[in-house]
Amino acid sequence: MRHIISILMENESGALARVANLFTARGYNIESLTVAPTEDRSLSRMTLVTSGSDEIIEQITKQLNKLIDVVKLVDLTEGGHLEREMMLIKLRAERTQREEIKRLVDIFRGKIIDVTDTSYTVELTGAASKLNAFIEAVNDELIVEVVRTGPSGIGRGPKGLGL
Amino acid sequence: MELSGGDIIVQCLKDEGVEHVFGYPGGAVLHIYDAIFKQQDVKHILVRHEQAAAHAADGYARATGKPGVVLVTSGPGATNAVTGIATAYMDSIPVVILTGQVPTPVIGSDAFQEVDTVGITRPCVKHNFLVKRLEDLALTIKKAFYIATTGRPGPVVVDIPKDITDPGIKIPYSYPGRVKMRSYNPVVKGHLGQIKKAVKIMMEAERPVFYTGGGVVLDDAAKSLTELVDTLEFPITQTLMGLGAYPGSGKHFLGMLGMHGTYEANMAMHETDVLIAVGARFDDRVTGHVKQFCPDATIIHIDIDPSSISKNVRVDVPIVGPVRQVLRDMLKVVNEGEIKPNKQALKQWWEQIEKWRSMDCLKYDQKSKLIKPQHAVEMLHKVTKGDAFVTSDVGQHQMFAAQFYRFDKPRRWINSGGLGTMGFGLPAAMGVQMAFPKAEVAVVTGESSIQMCIQELATCLQYELPIKIILLNNGYMGMVRQWQEFFYESRYSQSGMSVTPDFVKLTESYGHVGMRVDKSKDLEGAMKEAFTYKDRLVFLDVVVDPTENVYPMIAAGKGHHEMYLSPGSELV
Repeated sequence: MRHIISILMENESGALARVANLFTARGYNIESLTVAPTEDRSLSRMTLVTSGSDEIIEQITKQLNKLIDVVKLVDLTEGGHLEREMMLIKLRAERTQREEIKRLVDIFRGKIIDVTDTSYTVELTGAASKLNAFIEAVNDELIVEVVRTGPSGIGRGPKGLGL
Repeated sequence: MELSGGDIIVQCLKDEGVEHVFGYPGGAVLHIYDAIFKQQDVKHILVRHEQAAAHAADGYARATGKPGVVLVTSGPGATNAVTGIATAYMDSIPVVILTGQVPTPVIGSDAFQEVDTVGITRPCVKHNFLVKRLEDLALTIKKAFYIATTGRPGPVVVDIPKDITDPGIKIPYSYPGRVKMRSYNPVVKGHLGQIKKAVKIMMEAERPVFYTGGGVVLDDAAKSLTELVDTLEFPITQTLMGLGAYPGSGKHFLGMLGMHGTYEANMAMHETDVLIAVGARFDDRVTGHVKQFCPDATIIHIDIDPSSISKNVRVDVPIVGPVRQVLRDMLKVVNEGEIKPNKQALKQWWEQIEKWRSMDCLKYDQKSKLIKPQHAVEMLHKVTKGDAFVTSDVGQHQMFAAQFYRFDKPRRWINSGGLGTMGFGLPAAMGVQMAFPKAEVAVVTGESSIQMCIQELATCLQYELPIKIILLNNGYMGMVRQWQEFFYESRYSQSGMSVTPDFVKLTESYGHVGMRVDKSKDLEGAMKEAFTYKDRLVFLDVVVDPTENVYPMIAAGKGHHEMYLSPGSELV
């Protein structure tokens, strides 16, 4: 099953490498990983998407917790949560295709952020499944380039993951 | 007080109470070695290879319970130490390793003797640091000791660029008394509710077994464990790392378990209904095939490290906490005594165990003219009255030492259990002897293992370490040969080791006493003579039966009830 693990960690050089190292060394899946500093510059927030059986996920969270640089973590998929990912996708857009692509972008509430005679670059935000659906909806031959950030996640409700 | 980086390091070590540093100088640590030269409090032991520095500090830590300290230079100094660091990591030994690094401005430029030490050691340390500012140096060293020695212990590397130790740059120094880290808070107390729940299950048990490991030794919990086991009168088996925590001669002890465990220990594991695992990590050499592991048991697991719990085997009652405190609380709950153990069932259980025991699974040919390796270890036990510190390397001799030197005290049996590092024994013994100059320290080794760190004989001479090396010389990498005999139709591929130096002459050329014995009848005399040299290192080359195997044996991936037994054994 797919899990989204959100990690609050010391903003130290090497902290990211420790997490990545752990996944390769122990043979865990890592589907995506995003990381950036928080409002407190000494802390980074990482969102990590992984998959595995309940036993493996339990080990992953324990092993992550064991890393000295990890301050706190939460498996967002255990409760209500929100998930957003951003995608930049460059599409070939010529003559009759241009109208159709524009309509599709509107349906998905995306934005066209760069235009040339022959192409559109689209910005799209949403859950990973929505981005997948957009890619499915576009004719494969039109796709020039796909850039995705990987999901970021946050728990629902008033509580936050803080110190 | 204003100090340079080099002086700060030495002062930190003093303030931390460090007496011995094992190391080897080089370009990146010259400033630190100059600071060492100018003082007397911290004694530096010059090894002959950095791997040995790490093993010696590790042996020191295992024997004393205090952190071992290593100092090596950048590049090859650090990479040579990696095997020793990984060895300490696998067995959770507190060691602080200070490595030199090229100056900060040239890091990343492929400078002379530069490696990414933090990167290379990351997977085999509890934590590591690169010191980027002189102002951070003292706090980082404090953190290193704090992390290495608390929670589940382990090695911590502090990588120090040369410019940080520049004698021309001085800053005010004070050593932090305490350190608090928001991201690191080891558990200090096990949950009483869980402890009570566990005790209730233990009292209802009909066929209980204690299975205890290195965690009991590391947390100095031997006394509490022994008291609890003897109060409950439950049988106990110990892992390779746990030996000595409960006395080897104790009446509830079943011997070691696992791949080369005793018949009675492994059968008890297979038949138990309540397993109490304490400071042990369900290693594959212990569990055999995990699907067949303790098929009928409710499993209680006490461990300081939550990630050890339910890692390999599903646990029913986890108790996360320091082993000693949890065992003490457990004993208290037991003594308050609302429920008593099931005496009748226990009696039957012990009768069953005695039946298994009567097979005498460790028996070997007593009449052989060739020296049997088991006999040599038993003789070592006799001559040292079972009171020596025994280090070992890795292979058959290690298993024979574990099986036949019945350790009665914790911290006396010092071996590389997790990583299985050949070459560990001699340097580890140096660390032990440094800590206990008057104690009898023996290295049980093989002719293959000893050659991996033999250069340390020179270190032993320099520091007058009267170690006794008992070489069980069978002319083979014995354990490799045994596996090839069992599983590769006796195709002894590259496992022969008949070409060795003349160990007697070699030892003498290093300035020590060399002896050889090859007849069973001469063994006792030779062993006694070796231990008469109180102030000299003696290397006793014991030529043993080259065909002897370690029994019992569970082949990798088999269950506890599927053991190879010594030839002539009959199942009971």
